[in-house]
Amino acid sequence: MDLLANLGLGFDTALTLNNILYCFVGVLLGTLVGVLPGIGPTGTVAILLPITFTFEPVTALIMLAGIYYGAQYGGSTTAILINLPGESSSAVTAIDGYEMAKQGRAGPALATAALGSFFAGSVATLLLAVAAPPLVNIALKFGSAEYFSLIVLGLIASVALAHGSIIKALAMIVLGLLLGMVGQDLYSGQPRFTFGFFELYNGINFVSVAVGVFGVAEILRNLESESTRTVLVSKVENLWLTKEDFRRIVSPILRGTGLGSILGVLPGGGHVLAAFASYSLEKKLSRNEAEFGKGAIEGVAGPESANNAAAQTSFIPLLTLGIPAHPVMALMIGAFIIHGITPGPNVLTDEPALFWGLIASMWIGNFLLVVLNLPLIGIWVKMLTIPYRMLFPAIVAFACIGTYSIGLNAFDIYAIVVLAIIGYVLIKLDCEPAPLLLGFVLGPLLEEHLRRAMIISRGDPMTFIERPISAGLLAVAALAIVLSLLPSIRKKREEVFVEED
Amino acid sequence: MKKLVAALAAAAALYSFSASAQDYPTQPITIVVPFSAGGPTDTVTRLIAEPMGKALGQSIVIQNVTGAGGTVAAGQVAKAEADGYTVLMHHIGMSTAPTLYKNLPYNPLEDFATVGLVTEVPMTIIGRKDFEPNTLQELVDYAKANKEKVTYANAGIGAASHLCGMLFMEAIDTQLTTVPYQGTGPALTDLVGGQVDFMCDQTTNTTGQIKGGQVKAYAVTTGERLASLPDLPTTTEAGLDMQVSVWHGLYVPAGTPDDVVQKLTAALQTALKDQNVIDRFAELGTTPVAQERATPEAHTETLSSQTELWKPIIEAAGVSAN
Repeated sequence: MDLLANLGLGFDTALTLNNILYCFVGVLLGTLVGVLPGIGPTGTVAILLPITFTFEPVTALIMLAGIYYGAQYGGSTTAILINLPGESSSAVTAIDGYEMAKQGRAGPALATAALGSFFAGSVATLLLAVAAPPLVNIALKFGSAEYFSLIVLGLIASVALAHGSIIKALAMIVLGLLLGMVGQDLYSGQPRFTFGFFELYNGINFVSVAVGVFGVAEILRNLESESTRTVLVSKVENLWLTKEDFRRIVSPILRGTGLGSILGVLPGGGHVLAAFASYSLEKKLSRNEAEFGKGAIEGVAGPESANNAAAQTSFIPLLTLGIPAHPVMALMIGAFIIHGITPGPNVLTDEPALFWGLIASMWIGNFLLVVLNLPLIGIWVKMLTIPYRMLFPAIVAFACIGTYSIGLNAFDIYAIVVLAIIGYVLIKLDCEPAPLLLGFVLGPLLEEHLRRAMIISRGDPMTFIERPISAGLLAVAALAIVLSLLPSIRKKREEVFVEED
Repeated sequence: MKKLVAALAAAAALYSFSASAQDYPTQPITIVVPFSAGGPTDTVTRLIAEPMGKALGQSIVIQNVTGAGGTVAAGQVAKAEADGYTVLMHHIGMSTAPTLYKNLPYNPLEDFATVGLVTEVPMTIIGRKDFEPNTLQELVDYAKANKEKVTYANAGIGAASHLCGMLFMEAIDTQLTTVPYQGTGPALTDLVGGQVDFMCDQTTNTTGQIKGGQVKAYAVTTGERLASLPDLPTTTEAGLDMQVSVWHGLYVPAGTPDDVVQKLTAALQTALKDQNVIDRFAELGTTPVAQERATPEAHTETLSSQTELWKPIIEAAGVSAN
């Protein structure tokens, strides 16, 4: 009954007119920065942080949190419509979402993303309210050895991201890993693959990779000739989901929500894995496996749900321990401190109205987002009817402005040019960009955790097997390899490829 | 004719230059923080940014440029326009970088003009909740007896936690395994989770966890106890001869006009008198520096004397970043 009393307190706090207003402002801003390629929630929260100084602490946090999860909604819009993911998680949505848009089904894809996100957000918020303290205790059992094994599992499972040749998918993952290696080494400070460019010491900007390899490369391909141009689909079929669509998205949304909720709690990079993991899972479980990569609605429903669930549960380490899971959370810590609240386990007991108010506001925010986004679908889809000679330059210009705005670093724009050319060559070679992006995101994490685990174990690799959680994850990874090598399954795979060809 | 044009152009350039220095600031100012958002240095910067912006009549944008113990950010600011719109917040790491990094692409003493010191943040030595030793003396004995298995976490090469660790190991004359992280946040996560044994970091980041009972606190590394943690002994009281505080200061690229630097110094001094800043600093276990320390002179003096102080310690520890 405590929970009900607490939630009551939370809704009392969150349902004041002022807090609802700022919650709305937050999710609206979040949606907008999510839609604009390049500008992400981190930059937006950083810029708006000073404005919130004059607010009540709870109002400030409600708005900043709204920007964060609002951006997760918005990010899928450009991924689906123009193949331009703004965050690593929406890169997964782009795989099937963009294919759906090409088939004139942008409306159902966007609706699926909104509904999946809303459901996942609501469930994850409830989980946050009910089980935050026990969940964080599990998360704390994850040391570097566990993260390493988790990422290995993620990478192995991610071969499912590709819908063509497995060799090519592996090559793309490795290329991504190599791109991720660029920059200064955390442990020794040595610059790697920087070729004397000081700007590369920080590594290649993720947004440059996403915009170049996905968005601009796709535009280049579209410009080849009139006949192959696919972005502009004049026949936009119904905007809403059919009965069949609803039937197909229910299970992926449920599974995505569960997977995302769990991975989101892990502060060392779990939320990054959520969308990728959900996509792999759905592809494995689906009866329409061959359809994945060609516009399977499950490939949008699962990852979008996982992504939004993870966005909500990644607040758990922040609220229960005062420890940030990623840059946006770190900024939230700054917001706590600036408002005179020492972030830590005491927030729950010292500031119950703030803690529960924030949680209640997340549910309200998710509701506002779905109300905001469903009517917008019609407008977004209309965007596709803009003549390409206006649309393409606008996309490129916005992407460059957005990318430049993050670090005010012209180098990030040059990187887009180079990566767009690489991306175009890859399209010509029938290599897909999604595994590349996965390698790029997870590669540095993999290396960091591998080396740290080895330092802590003093160079003893047995640490990965002696620690039960790590051993379990590695066992699942080994099982996945064995299964994929079994002749019968292999045969089935080949059949699938034949069908695709 | 050509000469006249050149002279006119030079005069025009000079005019627009002096005008811009006089009007400064006419656009938002960026303070580059060399560490990740939410970390101690970031927090200190955000707290003074608001009153400084008010004093200057412009908004201040915080930009986190992370990497290589803050040298990436410092290198960027060293190359930035010397117009006062790009300001660097940096801490003690500014004085250790020349020793830590052999190929540093800038010289802290020559490529920057100092604006003033901001604060000197005490550090706390903390351990995981279930770590055996309960007092600093026990920690020292335990570390010496178990140097093969004790692990020390830090927030990356050149970070304050890295320096404090080196000083601690030098003070107890024992080398321990150091585990680097990307910033204080992840290091603290692993300490709370019991993956590593102990660390030493700025009070700005550890106070919440100490008060929440998630970590064991051993000592504070300054001469006086903290108002926010009155029960925590100082290193000297606990019988260990080491003192370290993380001094923070503001820099602009060398060649920035003097009147621009003066305006920034004045804004910094105003910010340090702000009651909200004083209160928040106190909650974090630190205080603003005295007004006469928030000056370019005091700051330059500290920078050069600290550079000399750390050189032998780092060299003796045999640490080098490249």
